[in-house]
Parts: sequence; structure tokens; C-alpha cells
Amino acid sequence: MSQNAPLLEMRNVTKDFFGNVVLKDVSFSIERGEILGLVGENGAGKTTLMKILFGMTVIQDTGGYGGEILLEGKPVSYKSPLEALDDGIGMVHQEFSLLPGFTATENILLNRESTNYNFMTELFGDRMRTLDRAEMKTRAEKAIEKVGVKLDENTPVSEMPVGHKQFTEIARELEKENVKLLVLDEPTAVLTESEAEILLKSMRKLSEEGIAIIFISHRLQEIIEITDKTLVLRDGRIIQETPTDQTDIEEIAQAMVGREIHAEGDRAEVRTFNAPHLIVNNLWVDMPGETVRNISLEINKGEIFGIGGLAGQGKLGIPNGIMGLYPAGGEVRIDGKTIPLNNPREALDASMAFVSEDRRDVGLLLDEPIDWNISFTGMQMQKRFLKPVLGGLFRLRDDKAIEDIANHYIEALEIKCMSPRQKAKELSGGNQQKVCLAKAFVVEPDILFVSEPTRGIDVGAKKIVLDTLKEYNREKGTTIIIISSELEELRSISDRIAIVDEGRISGILPASEPSKAFGLLMLGKVDSKGDSK
Amino acid sequence: MKKPDRKSVIFFLESNAVPILFLIIISIGVPYSGFSVDYLVQEIIIRLSRNSFLVLSLLVPIMAGMGLNFGMVLGAMAGQIGLIFVTNWNIVGLQGIGLAMILSIPLSILLGWMSGKILNMAKGREMVTGFILAFFMNGVYQLVVLYGMGSIIPIGNPSMVLSRGYGIRNTVNLINIRQTLDSLIPLKIGNIQIPVATFMVIALVCLFIVWFRKTKLGQDMRAIGQDMHVAESAGINVERTRIIAIIISTVLAGFGMILYLQNIGTLNTYNSHEQVGMFSIAALLVGGASVNKGKISHAFLGVTLFHLMFVISPMAGKNLIGQAQLGEYFRVFVSYGVISIALVLYAYRKLKEKERAGTALAEAQEEK
Repeated sequence: MSQNAPLLEMRNVTKDFFGNVVLKDVSFSIERGEILGLVGENGAGKTTLMKILFGMTVIQDTGGYGGEILLEGKPVSYKSPLEALDDGIGMVHQEFSLLPGFTATENILLNRESTNYNFMTELFGDRMRTLDRAEMKTRAEKAIEKVGVKLDENTPVSEMPVGHKQFTEIARELEKENVKLLVLDEPTAVLTESEAEILLKSMRKLSEEGIAIIFISHRLQEIIEITDKTLVLRDGRIIQETPTDQTDIEEIAQAMVGREIHAEGDRAEVRTFNAPHLIVNNLWVDMPGETVRNISLEINKGEIFGIGGLAGQGKLGIPNGIMGLYPAGGEVRIDGKTIPLNNPREALDASMAFVSEDRRDVGLLLDEPIDWNISFTGMQMQKRFLKPVLGGLFRLRDDKAIEDIANHYIEALEIKCMSPRQKAKELSGGNQQKVCLAKAFVVEPDILFVSEPTRGIDVGAKKIVLDTLKEYNREKGTTIIIISSELEELRSISDRIAIVDEGRISGILPASEPSKAFGLLMLGKVDSKGDSK
Repeated sequence: MKKPDRKSVIFFLESNAVPILFLIIISIGVPYSGFSVDYLVQEIIIRLSRNSFLVLSLLVPIMAGMGLNFGMVLGAMAGQIGLIFVTNWNIVGLQGIGLAMILSIPLSILLGWMSGKILNMAKGREMVTGFILAFFMNGVYQLVVLYGMGSIIPIGNPSMVLSRGYGIRNTVNLINIRQTLDSLIPLKIGNIQIPVATFMVIALVCLFIVWFRKTKLGQDMRAIGQDMHVAESAGINVERTRIIAIIISTVLAGFGMILYLQNIGTLNTYNSHEQVGMFSIAALLVGGASVNKGKISHAFLGVTLFHLMFVISPMAGKNLIGQAQLGEYFRVFVSYGVISIALVLYAYRKLKEKERAGTALAEAQEEK
């Protein structure tokens, strides 16, 4: 083993999921005590790269990977994260893997507790050893001190502020004796500014002690501030690898987004509106993974309003909260009338409709035919497609009307199917999405929320879906709020676009602004410091 | 002391709804039953000595996040088989009890291991699986006791065997060991008999549980109980630990059943074990435990409240509406009812907790 070998080196790492290439020829190295910033959009391959490093089972299950990984000059290939841990590679996850009912100490020392001997171990083995609480406390205190924060080691995790949870998790990795490399996946995303400051400080301290850090973050300001080297991934390739002091936020953002290209052609014409229709004040939504913290919006009648932002920042929480699907608070008004939250029925009665991002679970009755799916909400909510029998004593389903409306939309949206009676689950993703849209169109809402309408469908279907939305908006004057991760898609259809970052609106711009402006908004907190020009 | 605000009072009431409800029912029922205080105290002491051990056997799987172990019936069967052999071999007194316990251990371990294996395949649905498993094993038990004993397994004592020549009779008289433990150390305070030795055994199992919580294995179980995935990624062998939890519970249930039957003095070969599971679980829940939380104090409070209710309800029923059957009706109705309530409350509380998290988020918002 040579002392000159870098701590970790990846050579030509390649990975595909069933032919879909997600990583191609990724090579980089990291030295002892170095901080490497890893940036890239969602889906750029950062997570997959880390999964390969840790030997997550999902990698082997999907056919392994190409290339090699060297730790201190020795080739390694881990079969499970536990093996990586044994070699001194620690990971702090985006979601906390802490036990809420355990104290900080118990979490830091989970499965590595200090124990004492007693006679029962002779009979039943080592697991009958009793815990040595005093020793555990000292060890935990030492680990917390290493992180450089003040934490009460006796507080249960469930009662901690988010920042402390993050520190507890880092302390857990540091408590392992031989830790050499620490991977921090978006550690600052959940922290307040002052907490993030403390974290960055402790990262610097760790690097001085010789621990190398791979720091994954969307906050480019932090990347610039702390890392020694920046690595930009895009579409599974390394686009840029530079010492951090030779680059700046602009350059990194450019490399990340990378496409100042197409889509300029079919920009929506510039329209002006002046009648506020939907007003949202201080909305919060508790949707797991998509928490909305504080959002205020004013959306005009007849407008197509786009909401974008990176995954997990809360954009999906907005429609789900307004429509009453997740616990929410704040104020929502339509034409001055307050709409009660946490009650889907009230939201629907206020003539709002929602095409969910979760079309298989929320959007469709998969085992029912297309025509029933299209007419279902209209039947339930507006008593349409029903005919009175025996002088109005009963009302029965009006199959003729249902078939007519289904045929109308099958034609209008080009739904590819054998007949209106075909089951929804037999359709392709794009066609299922069209059925979802038809279902929403049938109720003729004043306000239509469309969430990730093009996720997982092919290019041709995408265009039809977007065109349909646009046409519907022009014809009926429906206010449409479209939520999507794809910025270009939003820019091609919306009048204005709001970008959500960390559960708050980081800015609202007309769709005609260049995409770089939106890119900077997505990365947050740039306008004040980094964007100096 | 902090002055309790309204919120925390409501929270206290909410989290102790079941015991409070029982306390109210009993405090209304006791005067109507017309029983003397002496009588009631004596009854409570008997019931505590008889049932506590069984109820305590439920605590370990709760700690490991496996819910209420409906499969404890399997342990009860093992205990009964031990007693059948001991009675057959005519072993008297404490030796009989001790031998029955020793005989039940390998059986309990085998049954517990099997039950644990099956519950590992049904993670998240342990309770209903355990419940059905108990029904299934009841069939196997009947096959062994009703057809195997006296034919394949030699039973020398003719008074135990059905007149057709094989199979154990409906009731087995446990005269050999009847209350030998209870009366080992006689103590009488006023008119009240106290089975000191039995309580010592119960104290021993309590000490075991307290100590067990402090071991590495206990800590691992608590970790698994909170989040299996986190525990697994920390390198804890989740499946094995869960099996151990069930084995411990099953073995303790076997011992508990033997203590229970030595107090009663007769074995209902085909029924005793069936009711034991239901009543033990109901008692624990009445004491304030829930699917994911169980303490030793819950077991004792539960046995006291639950059985006090049974003691007073026939007389109270008779004096109130002239119907003594009310007692038996209550027995079944209440035990199923309380289990349903506990399960509903568990789901409701989970929902509430989510809501509370949401409100906390909102409050944090307003502070800014």
C-alpha cells in the first residue's frame, strides 16, 4: 500500500439500469482531509454514485456496475453498507436514520454500546451483557465534542430541533473509531442559516483532523465557501472538475443546468391579467418529503401559473395541501371567499380540481374502464351522468351519456385504446395521464391543479398533454396551476413561474426570463451574494 | 412542580382513557355489589397471584415492536402439556410444579421459534397473524392430546384417560400440585391470606424484565421496536432478535400458565389455554398499555381493575337489574371490547401525533 495513493479513487465508474445509462465513465479522487463538493440536478447521478460506493443491495440487484473503486490504493467492492462502514466510510443520510424514542447517546452508540459482563453471558452469550450507561455517556460526549456543537446527550431525538438531529447523526458517524471518509448528503437542506454555519465550521475542523468529506449540496454558496474541489455531474457524466477557488457560482450553475438550448421556439405569448382569483396566504403543509413552510401566492383568473423547484423542496405540497390531502394551515381564498383546509370535499365544492402526481394511487381507479374513470368525479360531485327513474325516486347511471363523454375525450386527447370499456390499468403511462386530465376536465373546474403531468411519459405524449392543457385554458378560461420539475416544460406553457425552495417561494418570474435566472432561484440564496454581476 | 396547563391535562386523559373508564365503572359498581372490603381485597390478591405472571409475559414482544403477543396461547399449551405429564407420573408438590416448568421449556422454545419465524414473514401484521396461529396450533394441540396421548404417548394414569382408551379427559384434577406454591409460605393479615411464595416468583420475573431492559439484547429490541430499518442498517440482526423476543414471551407464558393452574387446581384440557390469551391481553390493555407501550405497572393495574370488574359485576348486575348473568356477559363483552378500543385508540393516536407534528410546524412558522 503506497502512502501516495489517494484516500479514495473511482475509475471509469459506469452504471446502467436496464439499458438506461445513469453514470458514464465517472473518475475522480479524494485525498485525506479534502472536502469535495458534489453538485448536480436531481437525477444527475449523485445518489447512484454514492449507492455504488456503499455497496447498496439495489446496485447488485440491478446488475452491478462497471469500473473500479480504490481505497488507499486497494481495489474494493462492498456487498453491503456495513462493509463500507467497517472500512471507515460513513454516510449521513438526507432522511434521518435515527430512532425517535432514543436519546442522543443511545442513537450515537446504536449497536456499538459499551457493556459490562455478568454471569448470564456464560449461559446465553454476549447479548446478555448489560449496558454501561456511564461509559456510553462519556463516549457520546466525546463524539459530540468532535462535531463541535452543544447538544444535550440525554434528550430524546423526537424532542430535538431538526439541526440537532443532523448533528446527532454526524456524531454517530464520527464515533466510529476508524472513520476516514464521510459522505454528507444535503446535510444543510433542513438547517437554519446559523445551524448550517455551525455545521460548516465543524466540517472544516474534521478536515483538519484528516477526515475527507464528500459534501453533496444544492446550496452553491456553501460549496464555494467550504470545499477544496468541485465536481459537477450532469446526466451521469462529470461536466466539471475544478479546484473550488478557480470557479464561481455562475459557472457551476451553468455547468449543472447546462441547457441554454431549445424550447425558445414555442414560448407562450405574453398575456397580462389583472383579476386576482386564487389567493394563498402563509400556507404550510405537512406532506412528508415535500414540506411547505410558508407560501403566499396571488394567481390571476385565466392564468397558467407554473410552480417549479427541485425535488423535495415543497412544490408538490402546495396543491396537495390546498386540496386537503395533507394536513395544512394558512389561508386560501377564491374570489374573496375563504376555503376551509384539510377537507377535500370543500376544495372540490369550491370548483377546484386536482390531477395528482400519483396517478396510479390517487388519480385512477385502475380496475375500472376508461369511461367510468372519466365520469366518476362528475358523477360523485355534480350528480351528472345519472338519469331519474320512477319519477325521480332513484337515479341510475346513464351509460349512454357516459359513453358519449368518454368518446369525446378519447378523440380530443388522442387516448390510444381499444374501446372506452378498456380498463385503466391496461393503458400506457401517457394515456393514463390523459384519462386523468379528462376526468378533471369533465367537472369543468374554475381552478385546475396539475401536478407533474408529464412525469414518466414519452415525448410525444408530453406534447399532447401540454397542448391540451393550453387549449383548455384558452377555450374555457380555466385558471391552471401546473407543478413540474421540468423547467423547460413550465416555461413553454406558463405565463408566470414561481420557484419553490425549502418550502418557501424564492421568486416569481415571467416565463420569458432566461432559464439561468430560474436556475439561480432554484439553488437559493444566490441573488444576494453570489450573483454579483 | 409546573402547573399543568389544559393541553397536558387533555393529553393525560387521552393517553389513559381506558384505565380511567374502568376506574369509573368500578367505583360505581362496588357499592351496588354489596361486597365487603375484606372480600374484595382477598379476591384482588388471589387474582393478582393467579394472573400477573401471564400478563407480564406479554411485555417483551411489545418492547420489540411486535405488538400484543396473541401467540402466548402457544406457551400456555406447552405449560398444560407439562402439567399433564406431571400429573400422569404422579409427582407431587413443588417438585411437580418445577418439573412441569422444565418440561414446558423445550416445547415453548420450539413453538416460540416457529411462531417467531412466521411472524417475521408477516411484519407489521404480527397481531392478526399470532391470533390465527393460536387457532391453528389449538388444532394441533387437540390432535396430540385427544388422539396421541394414551395411544402413541403412554399415559399410565387411567383416571386421566377417556373411557375409549386414549385421549385425555375434559378435566384433569391437579390435586397433586394444587396451591402448593401459594401456601408454601403462609401469611395471614387479618382475614386476608397472602400467597407469599407466588408473589416472590412474580417479583422475580419483574426483576428479570427490569434487568433485561438494561441488557444489550433488550436495547436491541427497543431499537427494533422503534424502527426496524434503522436497526438493521446499524447492523442489528432484526429477524433473530424478534424470534428471541417471541421465544422469551412463550416460555414465560408457559410458566405463567402453570402458576395459574396450580392456583385453580383443575385443568380444563381443551379450554383453559384458549381464554387465557384473550383475558391476559385485555387485562394488560385495561392497565393502560397499548400496542407499542407496556410497563410492569400496567400489568398489575390491569389485572386489578379487570378482575375486580369480574368480581363485582355478577352481584352488581343482580342488585341493579336482577340478572346475575350480567357478569358472564361482561366478561366476554368487555375483553373483546377493550381489545378493540385499544386497537382503535392506537390508530387514532398515530393520526393525532401526525397532526401534532403539523401544528408544531405551524407554530414554528408563527414564531418567525
